[in-house]
Amino acid sequence: MDFSLVQRVYLFFVEAALVTAQLSALAFLLGLLVAALVAAARMSDVAALRFAGAAYVSVFRGTPCLIQLFILYFGGPQIGINLEPFAAGVIGLGLNIAAYMAEGMRGAILSVDRGQTEASRSIGFGRWQTMQRVVLPQAARLMIRPLGVNTVALVKGTALVSTISVIELTYTAQRFIGSTYRPFEIFGIAALLYMVMVYGVARMVDVLDRRYAID
Amino acid sequence: MQGLDFSVVLPYADILWIGVWWTVVLTVSASLLSFFGGILFALVVLYAPTVFAYPVRLFMWLFMGTPLLLQLFLIYFGLVQIGIDIPALAAGIVGLGLHFAVYNADIFRAGIVAIDSGQAEAARSIGFGRWQTLRYIVVPQAVRNTALPVGGNMISLLKESSIVSVIGITELVHAAQLAISETYRPFEFYLVAAALYYVLNLVLEFGLRRVERRVEMSR
Repeated sequence: MDFSLVQRVYLFFVEAALVTAQLSALAFLLGLLVAALVAAARMSDVAALRFAGAAYVSVFRGTPCLIQLFILYFGGPQIGINLEPFAAGVIGLGLNIAAYMAEGMRGAILSVDRGQTEASRSIGFGRWQTMQRVVLPQAARLMIRPLGVNTVALVKGTALVSTISVIELTYTAQRFIGSTYRPFEIFGIAALLYMVMVYGVARMVDVLDRRYAID
Repeated sequence: MQGLDFSVVLPYADILWIGVWWTVVLTVSASLLSFFGGILFALVVLYAPTVFAYPVRLFMWLFMGTPLLLQLFLIYFGLVQIGIDIPALAAGIVGLGLHFAVYNADIFRAGIVAIDSGQAEAARSIGFGRWQTLRYIVVPQAVRNTALPVGGNMISLLKESSIVSVIGITELVHAAQLAISETYRPFEFYLVAAALYYVLNLVLEFGLRRVERRVEMSR
């Protein structure tokens, strides 16, 4: 191990890790928003919306995230969509993770006992009120675990955007592996920073899940 | 902005088929590696002496906390720099296989622990050795009970195999890139590649459902 190398390059990696963190956070927020819409569409009364929601999930989960990013970033200009690498990364990752999150949300909502809805309707709550005041508060707790798993996967998935030249952690590691000829030190720095984020998020999910668990 | 024209894809059908073929080869061989590697890791973590179990646990922890892409760079570009030159295809299979072996090991470990201890006790009391008990009694049941999540990992593996395009294996994504470098039509080729992945995914899901039904019946 050559630690003077670590000292020389670590600032580049900290900066790159911040980009990875930003990508993760923004894609997470976009993912939550789109997932809520898709889950709502999948559970709607309108058949066309249900179909559109199901198609969204099937297409985004049935094809690689890498290809989705390439279509958006390299193919986009052909249909008039010109995005900066970072923006394309956030949108591509967000739309991809939304498909997985939507299924987690739907699963949580469906696993709230039907009797809750029936009871709420029978005492005069409307459909929206029932959803908002009775079902969702209970479903929200059940969503923590699946959405948490998706988010951990998302943090690792951000590495993909190095292929559309976003200068994040994996891109930086690749560049320094090529120029320093010290693959294991470079991998070590990048791995350490990833693990801080990945296991940090995983720990947060555990704490939240335990705090709001239904016992 | 140019219009879309999918007729450009047809002359490149051959190279795309080669891509599909290598994606299948990669997925099948890496899946096999991840399956047996997963069982091996799970057994080492559970039963081997600490000197062996601890490094495997460290390895699993390291591979679960970092992206596959970074691991591929380490295996392919990293090992060359310390004098271990492995061909891209081998690096791709090993990288994908190890990455998912770690996830499978976690599932198998939970599956093995969940097998009633009476099973092992009964096997030992009728004269099975420790290894025989694992080999014929415990592991087969654990594998059967975990068919669903391990199958899910295989579906992920098929999609993640697209990532090995970065080390120059001509699987589906790289095949599309070769065609794009001649035609400058990324949208059409990547969309067709996505459609091909979608079909491969359907085929794999169909196959896994059949395996799962078999497993259900044998229980």
